[in-house]
Amino acid sequence: MSNLNIENKTTSTNNDSLLSANNLTCIREERVLFEDLNLSIFPGDILQIEGPNGAGKTSLMRILAGLSQPYDGDIHFQGKSITDQRELFHQNLLYLGHLPGVKDELTAQENLAFNLALHGLDASTAESTLTEVNLLGFEDALASHLSAGQHRRIALSRLWQSQAKIWILDEPFTAIDKLGVEKLEQLFLQHADNGGCVILTTHQDLSLPAERVKKVSLAYRFY
Amino acid sequence: MTQLSYRAAFALIVKRDLRIAFRHRDDIINPLLFFIIVVTLFPLGVGPESTMLSRIAPGIIWVAALLSTLLSLDRLFKSDHADGSLEQMLLSPHPIFILVLAKIVAHWLLTGLPLILIAPLLAVLLHLQESSYIALMLTLLLGTPILSLLGAIGVALTVGIKKGGVLLSLLVLPLYIPVLIFATSAIDTAGMNLPYNGQLAIIAAIFFASLTLAPFAVSAALKVSTN
Repeated sequence: MSNLNIENKTTSTNNDSLLSANNLTCIREERVLFEDLNLSIFPGDILQIEGPNGAGKTSLMRILAGLSQPYDGDIHFQGKSITDQRELFHQNLLYLGHLPGVKDELTAQENLAFNLALHGLDASTAESTLTEVNLLGFEDALASHLSAGQHRRIALSRLWQSQAKIWILDEPFTAIDKLGVEKLEQLFLQHADNGGCVILTTHQDLSLPAERVKKVSLAYRFY
Repeated sequence: MTQLSYRAAFALIVKRDLRIAFRHRDDIINPLLFFIIVVTLFPLGVGPESTMLSRIAPGIIWVAALLSTLLSLDRLFKSDHADGSLEQMLLSPHPIFILVLAKIVAHWLLTGLPLILIAPLLAVLLHLQESSYIALMLTLLLGTPILSLLGAIGVALTVGIKKGGVLLSLLVLPLYIPVLIFATSAIDTAGMNLPYNGQLAIIAAIFFASLTLAPFAVSAALKVSTN
């Protein structure tokens, strides 16, 4: 049983790719999630990783971001291993996982300003950025008083300021309303057009033009 | 892309952690209150004789300081791990060493420093000998940062575990024991009007060794915990 099928056949690793995964194998709880997985992501790509729950989407994303170590294989950024150029890679990476990384004790604006500053971006734009995600009027509200969707919006607002080329977004649309999803999709398209790439997982159908979205399907393996 | 200098990144994290702590004051007050309660209960328990109290005062103050630090350690990485901000920090373009050190410094400012400030007052309650005060302050000044630094290693190792409380104590307490032994010995020696440079030098050595090495151990442990 083949666990992997890449619908848009990507060429084998070459140095034009922004991010490439070579022979990745991931084992969790004595179960092989995927084996010998090769992936190359080029500027302009929007890559959707599909698969049922437990297939290993999040594990793959975390490995691509360098947060988890694969059982075997390695990740290359612009042709060089990410472990050899951690700081350069992280400057070019924006990863948002399941957890929004928003502190309850800080206000929406403080949360965003910290996140921007931490990643070397201008923190003074925090207030204007929050209006992009419809959080106008909530800048000074403590995050503990905001809803799950609003937490997610605070985390996502970083996308509007980001200069990172690679966006790795794990379920970015969770708890986001329809209008918000549309706005995000447009942002992804714009990012890809500007030479960036987006890797995302979602169980929703993207309304983006089909030829722009590459898909990778992970199957659930029982052994 | 404007790249933050190491110093700016360090200041950014310290400021954030202090701000969060001041919005959530229980975290500062609880360990301090614990420290005060333990120290004030002792005279009630063992009787108010000044000779007896001044004999055991160094031990009481140091054991209470140690346990109250242990009580406050969880805060170091737990909540950041739970809400995902730890991942974001690990993925920032700064050396993890700087970020970890900043978090430990913030932790010490919130737990170690208040202990040092209140300790002389509690020492009076315990009839600590006058000649011991400087030794007490010096050992606390050098010793409490060690408690935060070594404790951070334990927290980083157990942060991914749901109920890591007991494991954390088991990991960290043995590392604290040398500090406890040399600190109380320094205070005792000072009480006898003898030089205590030796004990102080050993505590200083432990301090500098943990200051330079602990952040590396914490970085490695955090990578394992978030794997």
